[in-house]
Amino acid sequence: MRRAHAFLVAWALVVTLPLLWAVVSSLKTDREILTSPWTLPATPHFDNWSRAWNQAQIGRYFGNSALVVGGALLLTMALGATTAYALARYPFRGNRLIYFVFVAGLLFPVFLALVPLFFVVKQLGLLGTYPGLILVYTAYALPFTIFFLHAFFRTLPTALAEAAFLDGCSHWGVFFRVMLPLARPGLVTVAIFNFLGLWNQYLLPLVLNPDPDRYVLAQGLAALSVSQGYRSDWSGLFAGLTIAMLPVLAAYVIFQRQIRSGLTAGAVR
Amino acid sequence: MTPTRHGRHRFLAGAILPALALYAVFVLSPYAQAFYLSLTDWTGVSGQVNFVGLDNFTRLAHDPLFLAALRNNGVMLVVVPAVTIGLGLLLAVLVMFGGRRGSAIRGATSYQTAYFFPQLLSLPIIALLWQFVYHPNDGLLNGLLRGVGLDSLARTWLGDPHLALWAVMAVLIWSSVGFYMVLFAAAMGSIPTELIEAATLDGAGRLVTLWRIVLPLLRDTVQVAFVYLGVLALDGFAVVQVMTVGPGGPDNATEVIGLGLYRNAFTFSRFGYAAAMGVALFFLTLTLAVIAMRAGRKERVELA
Repeated sequence: MRRAHAFLVAWALVVTLPLLWAVVSSLKTDREILTSPWTLPATPHFDNWSRAWNQAQIGRYFGNSALVVGGALLLTMALGATTAYALARYPFRGNRLIYFVFVAGLLFPVFLALVPLFFVVKQLGLLGTYPGLILVYTAYALPFTIFFLHAFFRTLPTALAEAAFLDGCSHWGVFFRVMLPLARPGLVTVAIFNFLGLWNQYLLPLVLNPDPDRYVLAQGLAALSVSQGYRSDWSGLFAGLTIAMLPVLAAYVIFQRQIRSGLTAGAVR
Repeated sequence: MTPTRHGRHRFLAGAILPALALYAVFVLSPYAQAFYLSLTDWTGVSGQVNFVGLDNFTRLAHDPLFLAALRNNGVMLVVVPAVTIGLGLLLAVLVMFGGRRGSAIRGATSYQTAYFFPQLLSLPIIALLWQFVYHPNDGLLNGLLRGVGLDSLARTWLGDPHLALWAVMAVLIWSSVGFYMVLFAAAMGSIPTELIEAATLDGAGRLVTLWRIVLPLLRDTVQVAFVYLGVLALDGFAVVQVMTVGPGGPDNATEVIGLGLYRNAFTFSRFGYAAAMGVALFFLTLTLAVIAMRAGRKERVELA
């Protein structure tokens, strides 16, 4: 039993040490990072954070990420929920086919689509624009969203919807007034996953978002780390890394039960 | 199901068509075009598209960079899933059965909470962090080794062609073990306790119970894990692109298919050739999924 704990603690250290090291280093001076890597900073240097936020443009990248992810999240939830609901509750010719076409998107590697996608976005004049990124993010988030919500809408009871129809509710009325409120737990779960997935996007913005002013967070940080001016600014880069990890950490702290159970449920199903 | 037919078609059209249109433009059409483009010599200049048949694929078979990528992705395909699943299973067993009389260990939830977090970070962020960890002079890893007197083990992790790929794989494993541990722990938690108690009553020791009862019941979950991790191992793009010298170096030691595709398309404008790499990657992924599903179908354990 003691050996079990020893091993578990060892892995916990392997996981947390690099993360803690980054956070602690983000509060040190460059000198401290190099000369005393194991001590806490003499005084916490939050100026690293403000330097990263302002001068290294992390603030701008953060804003871009928030805008693009926020927009894509709203659109994904709106389109995903209506589509999943219609496919889950209305039998019609071609229903299964449409469902499978959407879910097939989960099976294909994004790399396969990458080259043509670049030209599709370019021809629509959407290369390096916020709406372009939002639309593409949404399109690639739809398969998972529809897959997840389709299963969820199927489990909801039909009696309430039927009663609402008898009371003269329209199809949209039933959807908005009865089904959406019932589906709230599922909507929250899928929104959290989409937030995490979209916030962490890298390949799509790298290809479709070439304008440095519109870089998203992961993209901007990766570019900073190779640019000459910031290569030696360890404390600034650690500060940027820490800032980038914070929203994800916050989401995890607040929603950790939903995240863990939902993610594993999605994988086992 | 609906008592009213009034407005049904209009509702369905309004609910499905916007999503379907967006999906068709940005997902379906690129996937479909990729197969055609892979048979052309397109360099991005419109009007200059020649159909070249399977030429791109013949070239791929003789492209030393692509072959290096194929080899590296191959190594990753073997190592990353095996180590991740092994470690994940071990940690899950310790957490779920490591306590008194084979019950869950104390602090099980805290362990799972900590382990899971890296899975949520984006790979370029993780790669950036590990670039610092691996730094030859001031990095965490060499610092730790020197700190405990193992100076001779300190290395230039990402600069040594024999070590770089392993350093990259370690990062992928580090970031995913927690997720699979939680996944396996959840699957173990759903095994009926009577089954385990019955085995114990029959005199089966801990290891035998584990090997004969628990692991066979986890077969489906492990299979899913293998497919997911295989897809991760066939990618590797973000970590390699951010972390390694070149990127893809030293000496192409960390070259991966995704990197070659990205470089050919967006640096050299060889779009037809890059599309062919995408198609090759697609068939590799498909093969992997089919093999994994076949392998899982053989001995099914019935839980009834």
